[in-house]
Amino acid sequence: MLADKDRIFTNVYGFQPWTLQAARARGDWDNTKALLELGNDKIIDVVKASGLRGRGGAGFPTGTKWSFMPKEPKADRPNFLVINADESEPGSCKDREIIRHDPHKLIEGALVAGFAMRARAAYIYIRGEYIREAETLFAAVAEAYEAGLIGKNACGSGYDFDVFVHRGAGAYICGEETAMLESLEGKKGQPRLKPPFPAGAGLYGCPTTVNNVESIAVAPTILRRGADWFASFGNENNRGTKLFQISGHVNKPCVVEEAMSISFRELIETHCGGIRGGWDNLLAVIPGGSSVPLVPAAQIIDAPMDFDGLKAVGSGLGTAAIIVMDKSTDVVRAISRISYFYKHESCGQCTPCREGTGWMWRVMERLRTGDADLSEIDMLQQVTKQVEGHSICALGDAAAWPIQGLIKHFRPELERRIKERAIVHGGDLAPMQEAAE
Amino acid sequence: MPKLKVDGIEVEVPAGATVLQACEAAGKEIPRFCYHERLSIAGNCRMCLVEVKPGPPKPQASCALPAADNQEVFTTTPMVKHAREGIMEFLLINHPLDCPICDQGGECDLQDQSVAYGRGQSRFGENKRAVTEKYMGPIVKTIMTRCIQCTRCIRFAEEVAGVEEIGAIYRGENMQITSYLEEAVTSELSGNVVDLCPVGALTSKPYAYEARPWELRRTLTIDVMDAVGTNIRLDSRGRQVLRCVPRINEDVNEEWASDKTRHAVDGLVRRRLDQPFVRVNGKLKPASWDEAFAAIAAVDHGGSVAAVAGDLVDCETMYAAKVLLRGLGSSLLEGRQTGMDYDTSSLAAVNFNTTIAGTEEADAILLVGTNLRWEAPLVNTRIRKAIKRGAKVFAVGPETDLTYNAEWLGADLALLGDLPEAVVKAFANAKKPMVIVGGGALKGGHAASLKLVETLGLIKDGWNGFNVLHMAASRMGGLMLGYAAKGGIADLAEAKLAFFLGADEVDFSRFLGFKVFIGHHGDKGAAAADVVLPGASYAEKSGTWVNLEGRVQRGERAVFPPGDAREDWSILRALSDAMRATLPFDSFAGLREAMYAEVPALREQGLVTFDWNPPALDGTASGVLEGYPIKDFYLTNAICRASPTMQRCSAELVHGETFAEAAE
Repeated sequence: MLADKDRIFTNVYGFQPWTLQAARARGDWDNTKALLELGNDKIIDVVKASGLRGRGGAGFPTGTKWSFMPKEPKADRPNFLVINADESEPGSCKDREIIRHDPHKLIEGALVAGFAMRARAAYIYIRGEYIREAETLFAAVAEAYEAGLIGKNACGSGYDFDVFVHRGAGAYICGEETAMLESLEGKKGQPRLKPPFPAGAGLYGCPTTVNNVESIAVAPTILRRGADWFASFGNENNRGTKLFQISGHVNKPCVVEEAMSISFRELIETHCGGIRGGWDNLLAVIPGGSSVPLVPAAQIIDAPMDFDGLKAVGSGLGTAAIIVMDKSTDVVRAISRISYFYKHESCGQCTPCREGTGWMWRVMERLRTGDADLSEIDMLQQVTKQVEGHSICALGDAAAWPIQGLIKHFRPELERRIKERAIVHGGDLAPMQEAAE
Repeated sequence: MPKLKVDGIEVEVPAGATVLQACEAAGKEIPRFCYHERLSIAGNCRMCLVEVKPGPPKPQASCALPAADNQEVFTTTPMVKHAREGIMEFLLINHPLDCPICDQGGECDLQDQSVAYGRGQSRFGENKRAVTEKYMGPIVKTIMTRCIQCTRCIRFAEEVAGVEEIGAIYRGENMQITSYLEEAVTSELSGNVVDLCPVGALTSKPYAYEARPWELRRTLTIDVMDAVGTNIRLDSRGRQVLRCVPRINEDVNEEWASDKTRHAVDGLVRRRLDQPFVRVNGKLKPASWDEAFAAIAAVDHGGSVAAVAGDLVDCETMYAAKVLLRGLGSSLLEGRQTGMDYDTSSLAAVNFNTTIAGTEEADAILLVGTNLRWEAPLVNTRIRKAIKRGAKVFAVGPETDLTYNAEWLGADLALLGDLPEAVVKAFANAKKPMVIVGGGALKGGHAASLKLVETLGLIKDGWNGFNVLHMAASRMGGLMLGYAAKGGIADLAEAKLAFFLGADEVDFSRFLGFKVFIGHHGDKGAAAADVVLPGASYAEKSGTWVNLEGRVQRGERAVFPPGDAREDWSILRALSDAMRATLPFDSFAGLREAMYAEVPALREQGLVTFDWNPPALDGTASGVLEGYPIKDFYLTNAICRASPTMQRCSAELVHGETFAEAAE
């Protein structure tokens, strides 16, 4: 178990106020000027050395990402930092805890990261439904301006840095980095084609880095305590501590900071009071938010909770939003509901996702009740393959993976429902519906 | 210049080219729906997926991927085949199977590509999506259930037409293309979205359910609705022109056409003059050709004969009339019907010298008394392109919406002699400065405009930035044939016998002599005439037209004139016999030879070079421009005034009438 002294987010449960005064007492904004005096490149080097990988899901090394930004921004094309607080992935709720209880970690991180990548300003794009959180964030930013921590001559460092908070309007797709940039620019939130990547042409056509809230918020602590300290947690290539968000059928669902690579069993036993009804009652786990494939109980129990460990069991760490499902779960319905979510949130820009998500959901709904033909399982699998990898952004993949995971691990369950329904409805397997013309 | 391999074929493409363009260079067909050469890249249909090495192990959208050195592109691998089949299947699952009643049928990208790249059968067992129709105005009919959300129409409206009135609402599979608040799209170019739409979602409203593409005879000709000389194709069945679509000509219209060009054709079968008329006791009475000719021959003109050319006539007609007048001992020719009398001693001084395509390169532009959006919509799109490249636009005249931001200097022509500092500075820094003088300023502003050539330095090496924008298709040809009297049309008013060649915009009350109207529509000219001889419209005769930049273009006859109507030149030929001044040619080819001999520039198609030796004109301009010459874009000539579509456009888009339409 992670020792309390090694926790970065010391107020994640809100036992103390979020205010600047309280944050300072917890060590935030402590001589930030000195951190900046390390110099742009040194900061990036430390973050690189710490092994921090992006906490938004894809796990791209954060320091490397920062180093893509132009070293000498032009006056008419400043660098920008955009912080992705549009936390909309079902199961994820870590950024919310950071913002409402520890916003100054994020704002300080914005300054440090922004300074390192020579950004003129940071835009924090906060999810529209996070109303109280946005209020807190607005207030915290105002506090930081008031105290001279950001704005002109931030922290007395001589560096001018602004932080803008922008509220979204409730679209999941705006959490995709380029759709977020479109939305920030006032357009319809639809992902852009890449290349060009945001580091080349991002917000308003200027070089931009988009980072997750957690990636930014941990940066000052890494700088204060050193890359080695951070790298001392977790397995090779999966370093650091991480906020895990455990929901579903555990005795005590929670958000908790733990070392990376902790085993699933230890995480649940230590912080969640075990699985509801005991370990034998565990059916499957979605370990990284709704978009990653589920993992059946047998494979997940001893898997290390990190990027590579979960990849090895055919899933991913994503945002570390762990959805635990016990044997009372109708797993087909659960995945069907996730399918509906992606159908609802598809932006409609590109063909495979626009047309495929609706098709997949409708087939899933029929599989739920068994009102389908056995051959449709394979057909559905093929349709997910037709969506995956063919869309502009990763939403198509995210819609395909949960279904692929279900078919991979729970095919007998799907077949059982079809067969049982066919028996109830008499005789032959239900014929396929006739195509509407 | 990246070099890459496409299916093993090595190609070299210009820097900045995409993989799709490289594939085309290698002779590989890449299917596409959203990609269009003249629009920005959207990359959303995903039909153009190809396999690219090096790259991620998934297919890439070739339309958006820059071609790079050492790339290897594969267009025939199983990965690509499956990707295309998959996309095709997705596009079709919610596309209705109503091809038999769809106007796009036979010329539909979705049909063609599903045959070529699709799987041949559907696995989709759910219900199909239906989308309510959207109202987009009198030109564009929508059947939005067929839409595949390629967004070409959105990009066209925003980028080319300059009206941000088409967009997508809702998201995911509920995404719908619509016009803003479902009001008519207020663009003169809206008809182009019909061509751009790869499926039958946007079709032509006036042409709805008229014909199938394979029933139509295609005739290549030139449009006469404005002076741009849009290259068009007239599609006809039997004796009727059913539709007009643009042809590609990079120098003139790219591949666009204005709504007037496209949809005035339904005026070709309405209000037509199909037999001669002679005025008897103040009323026009039907007559035979002989009676009509006899009535004209009976006029004692004593050599006082005039000819006024209308806006739509071809050079051949004008030339035949000119020769007839010469035989009768007169040279009173005029084409500027509204009374303009600018100096025509040097045609370069009244030409669009920069050329239409050259406009794109201009970096400082001054518009003088011209509402380009109505006077030449396709020149306006070029200016939009120039602006995209960084050009600055200033304008003198009453403020109007040109679809881009122009700096309006004021409406007083005196400004030409005293331009604000900002303009002078912008032009001093400009490498390719350009002035466009429109019909609004030509009257009284020609001399002052010509002086700008010096003061603003419009002429540089290989660049002539002085432009006059004409609005009549016949104008440049007419000027080349000498249809310009010194004092304008006022010089002709006294003529004892006047021929009006499709001229309907003249103030007929000033003509006191015997008036002969040779034209195709029963409009103002026919109403004022003493004898009416039914002629042929631009669709019914082969002819030569010279556009505003001095480009000689020829069109072919698509259909025959109705009833007793004849091609204009043959009317004049027959009339010349009756008047005992027989024309020296008896075939169309003979006429053309004679015309070429007299005006050699008309012989070859293409741009005519006029030597730059502007007349030394005196006078400064003054006076406030009250408005622009075109008061109603949709009703500028006899054909469009006879067209129900144009009347409807005028009523709705210019005069703001609303036409409640039940949703279908």
